[in-house]
Amino acid sequence: MTLSARGLTVTLGGRPILDGIDLSVPAGAVTGLIGPNGAGKTTLLRALASVLSIAAGVITLDERPLADWPRRDRARIIAYLPQGAPCFWPVDVRRIVALGRLPHLAPWRPPAAADEAAIEDALVATDVLHLALRNVLTLSGGERARVMLARALAVRPRVLLADEPVAGLDPEHQLLVMALLREQAAEGVAVVVTLHDLTLAARFCDRLVALDHGRIAAEGPPEAVLTSPILASVFAVRAEHGHRGGQSFVIPWDVVPRLNVVEKGGIGRDRRD
Amino acid sequence: MRATAGTGSRLWPAARAWRLPIVLAALLAGAGMGSLFAGSVAMSPGEIARALIGGERDVFEIIVWQLRVPRTLLAMLIGASLGLSGAVLQGLVRNPLAEPGLLGISGAAAFGAVVAFYSGFAALFLLALPLGGMAGAAGAVVLLLVLSGPSASTLTLILAGVAVSSLAGALTALALNLSPDPYAATEIIFWMMGSLADRSFEHVQMAAACMLPGWLLLFSVRRALDALSLGEDAATSLGFDLRSVRFRAVFGTAFAVGAAVSVSGTIGFIGLVVPHLLRPLVGQEPGRLLAASALGGALLLTLTDIVVRLLAPGPEIKIGVLTALFGAPFFLVLLLRLRREAS
Repeated sequence: MTLSARGLTVTLGGRPILDGIDLSVPAGAVTGLIGPNGAGKTTLLRALASVLSIAAGVITLDERPLADWPRRDRARIIAYLPQGAPCFWPVDVRRIVALGRLPHLAPWRPPAAADEAAIEDALVATDVLHLALRNVLTLSGGERARVMLARALAVRPRVLLADEPVAGLDPEHQLLVMALLREQAAEGVAVVVTLHDLTLAARFCDRLVALDHGRIAAEGPPEAVLTSPILASVFAVRAEHGHRGGQSFVIPWDVVPRLNVVEKGGIGRDRRD
Repeated sequence: MRATAGTGSRLWPAARAWRLPIVLAALLAGAGMGSLFAGSVAMSPGEIARALIGGERDVFEIIVWQLRVPRTLLAMLIGASLGLSGAVLQGLVRNPLAEPGLLGISGAAAFGAVVAFYSGFAALFLLALPLGGMAGAAGAVVLLLVLSGPSASTLTLILAGVAVSSLAGALTALALNLSPDPYAATEIIFWMMGSLADRSFEHVQMAAACMLPGWLLLFSVRRALDALSLGEDAATSLGFDLRSVRFRAVFGTAFAVGAAVSVSGTIGFIGLVVPHLLRPLVGQEPGRLLAASALGGALLLTLTDIVVRLLAPGPEIKIGVLTALFGAPFFLVLLLRLRREAS
């Protein structure tokens, strides 16, 4: 299934956060949203997840405006993992992951075998099965992040929107989570992920969308987006590029001075991101 | 992928979910029976059984059917309403201190009922009293949600509650002061302290008629409250319309608490204590807490009302005073524990 945005504009508190975004998220690929703090990555993901209202433009899922989809159908197709993935009650891990099945449950009916299977698969895939009976609030930040990803995977979505799923993870689990997202894409899921780590973005994403001040600054395969001019103008960094085993990698190396700060000040930056 | 075969049943033990409600219901039935024995006239089990079956038209039958049965039923209905709405409010604002009494919802309902009573509307038609209570309660919940925001921190929630309860208390006192009825001032005690004494079957019917739709509304947000454990964005993305959820929680609370207060006055802390005690027994899940809290609230208020009657003779201790006497220290301990967890 394809999720697309046309002319997407979002204002929060009277300030424009996203300004005329045109974006298409293909199935079977990992699309990475990158950009500096306040570029609008989180807002774009929230808009795609239809958890905030949009000022102008339209988001479509398979050519049908998202707003026209019944909520439950939409919730079965699109899973959204919020940034920081909060949890307000000291619930068992398995119960948290089971919440991903809510869009699939018939009213007043207990979960069926398919639900149990989805929950268990998600626990196994994110390497948290051994934590299934633990209280989620006693986990480390990295463990909790994986549990929340398991919750999103338990939906068995066709579109997965993950906001910084590797933030706070140790290197092992960063690589495992990125590989997991690739696996999802290989199964035909349209994966959208916001990332701050350009090295992971370059290696694991099929496409990158670089946001800057609420607009798309560059879009395409990683090698076309993570070029020196774009890294300098969008991120104000210079990077080292290299190759290993047929894969190219990028490591942000040092800061380059921003030359056009005043000109860019026009559109607001939000603190969400 | 299936690393450990057989974990399936462990992941979601649906069969065990009914154990706690069944135990609570059995205890409630026992407490209800016990409640029929409590009163100034001592009666044997045989006399009570004969009075329940009826046909004798003697003094025992009058005592049982006109005093003790309605009182017991009211304690159950009101306790269930308070426990259930406490659990729903706590799940909605994701804060274990949300409670109809503490937040001033009961106080505002009392104000609504007082206005209906002393303006003479209650004399015109029977439902004016609960309608007034429900209007007051609905106003209070809306005001609270506006004041404290959708995901309330403990501080803003308690402050908003203080504001709403003092306003409601002052308005109730004002309405009673201005009333031409010379006995109105003494009625303050009833509305502010709560009592189940001298209620009739008419009160039971009136309360039940308003509470049942409220309960349905409150139970309808069961799964949304589970989803809200993950925050509003995640709950929305799981397919829940949060505006509709809030609407149902507000009006469910208004119906249940408004009707409760209009027949008994304000009885506090049931909605705080009961969900807190039961939460560990339902795996901390906000959705599963609802049925347990309704039954637990009914049980606790029935038992408290038995204690009230056992303390007689002597001046009647109002049931609201008794719940506050054990509820307020409970609240303080809870507050201290939350502060310790936060630091």
